[in-house]
Amino acid sequence: MGYYLLNPVLNKGSLKPEIDEKELLNGLARNDRKAVETIYKDNYNMVQSLIINNNGSAEEAKDIFQEAMIVLYEKVRSGNFELSCQIKTYVYSVSRRLWLKRLQQINRFQIEVDGAGDVVAVEEELEAHERLNTEFSLMEKGLSSLGEPCKSLLEAYYLQKRSMNEIAAAFGYTNSDNAKTQKYKCLMRLKKFFFDQYKTGEP
Amino acid sequence: MTQETRMLDSIERYIRGEMLPDERVYFEQLRKSNAEVDQLVVEQTLFFQQMNRFGEWKKFKSALEDVHTELAETGKINSNKLRGGAKVLYLWNRYKRVAAIAASIAGVTAIGLSMLVNSITPHKESPKVQELVHEVSVLKNAAKVLDTKIDNVDKKKADNTIIPKYNGTGFLIDTKGFLITNAHVVKNSTNIFVQNNKGDQFKAFVVKLDVPRDLAILKIDDEHFKGIASLPYGLRKAESDVAEPIFTLGYPRDEIVYSEGYLSAKTGYNGDTLSCQIGIAANPGNSGGPVFDRNGEVIGVLSTKEMQAEGVVFAIQSKYILQALDELKKDSLYHNIKVPLTSGLHGMDKVQQAKRVQDYVFMVKGD
Repeated sequence: MGYYLLNPVLNKGSLKPEIDEKELLNGLARNDRKAVETIYKDNYNMVQSLIINNNGSAEEAKDIFQEAMIVLYEKVRSGNFELSCQIKTYVYSVSRRLWLKRLQQINRFQIEVDGAGDVVAVEEELEAHERLNTEFSLMEKGLSSLGEPCKSLLEAYYLQKRSMNEIAAAFGYTNSDNAKTQKYKCLMRLKKFFFDQYKTGEP
Repeated sequence: MTQETRMLDSIERYIRGEMLPDERVYFEQLRKSNAEVDQLVVEQTLFFQQMNRFGEWKKFKSALEDVHTELAETGKINSNKLRGGAKVLYLWNRYKRVAAIAASIAGVTAIGLSMLVNSITPHKESPKVQELVHEVSVLKNAAKVLDTKIDNVDKKKADNTIIPKYNGTGFLIDTKGFLITNAHVVKNSTNIFVQNNKGDQFKAFVVKLDVPRDLAILKIDDEHFKGIASLPYGLRKAESDVAEPIFTLGYPRDEIVYSEGYLSAKTGYNGDTLSCQIGIAANPGNSGGPVFDRNGEVIGVLSTKEMQAEGVVFAIQSKYILQALDELKKDSLYHNIKVPLTSGLHGMDKVQQAKRVQDYVFMVKGD
């Protein structure tokens, strides 16, 4: 069915949209709450309509939109980033491509997505995104495979960047040397997990 | 800890910038000379970067979830609102944020207190100690330095003109011209000169470099140096007590400078037993200077100061000077070093004491 999709409308009062957008993207790169919220609010309904009008559910719309946000986030963080189109167009293009791919995977209905938004090429970014996604899911899997206290111990040191003294105190080790010994063992197990994955991944 | 654990710990503290300057220099040398260590550092750095990206990705993902719930609940996006248990959870989370603000007000006093404790207890794993070597215009005309070096090699004789890159302080501990200073004052220098408070300059060389103790023993090797009759001060063997008044002489500028203070703690940075903490005004250039007690006995070698706090200065304890000297004396060349252990300055006032010792405190210059 042909459903008319509202074309992006600029915010009222933003006379210099390109500067606003630049600021928004800078905020996004810092994971600034306000910027994330603004981009989310301005684009979510558009993507949701696209998905729902093309055989998707609200749940799937949320998934796709958030993944598109991550693609945008990765792009602005990659450093040499220059957005040649509006954020709206970009998010729309990525979402559309992602949804198309999802449809192909589950083979649901015909491979054709209706929608009236402008589209830009996003293939390269999506490939990079896919690679990162695999890498990060592997990490997530690796960390949870370790169990506790290994998972929390490694997360505290490598993700939350806490000092070994703090960690020793928080986990109840009698001194930081014992915590370091434990952390070393956990890290070796994690590395072994990655090693085994790569081995089985490439026979 | 096992060897491997210790190595990983060193590498990670190196990557996170948690090493003290001396340790860092030492580690960098190790990296250069040992390809395996170097490889481990590279690997671990990559792992750090990967974990960083992973952490940020996770954070961003959870931020997206938060934002979605918030916007859906406040009707800013057309998503389904939460129902039943999920709604209660959302409201609870929202309420928690308000509660957190209220709690944080109570927290301010608690943090204030714990900060107080932090600032007076040694805080581990943050490199906040600065060595007090005076870096004399490092960037100043590198070519000129090179020229001088080449000149020196050509003439096979060092004339008394170097362009010093570092200067610190040193003091005599033997009448034949042996001096004590910090290892970090001289370890990167090829030519070393010492200069007394009258401006006379003598060539010197390093007899013993003791990087772990951060001590160096120098010997004046210059025809113009005639030796001295006797030293007015001695090295103190007994442990010093907290609150004892102390003073130091050194060369934070071209002229000898006196400052006084007190012994603050028997251990140094991070509870380091090698050094002790003193409360004194010290500046770059004071490194290697003698720390005297009220009787004019040397209780330590002024070495580093905490960067973020004024007047928190550390000195290597004198017993380690004696240890380093004992090791040196095993060498037959140096077995006749005589270190005075008694001071001839008992009962004098500070003006007299400073006057008597200042002839034996030298500026140490290295290029």
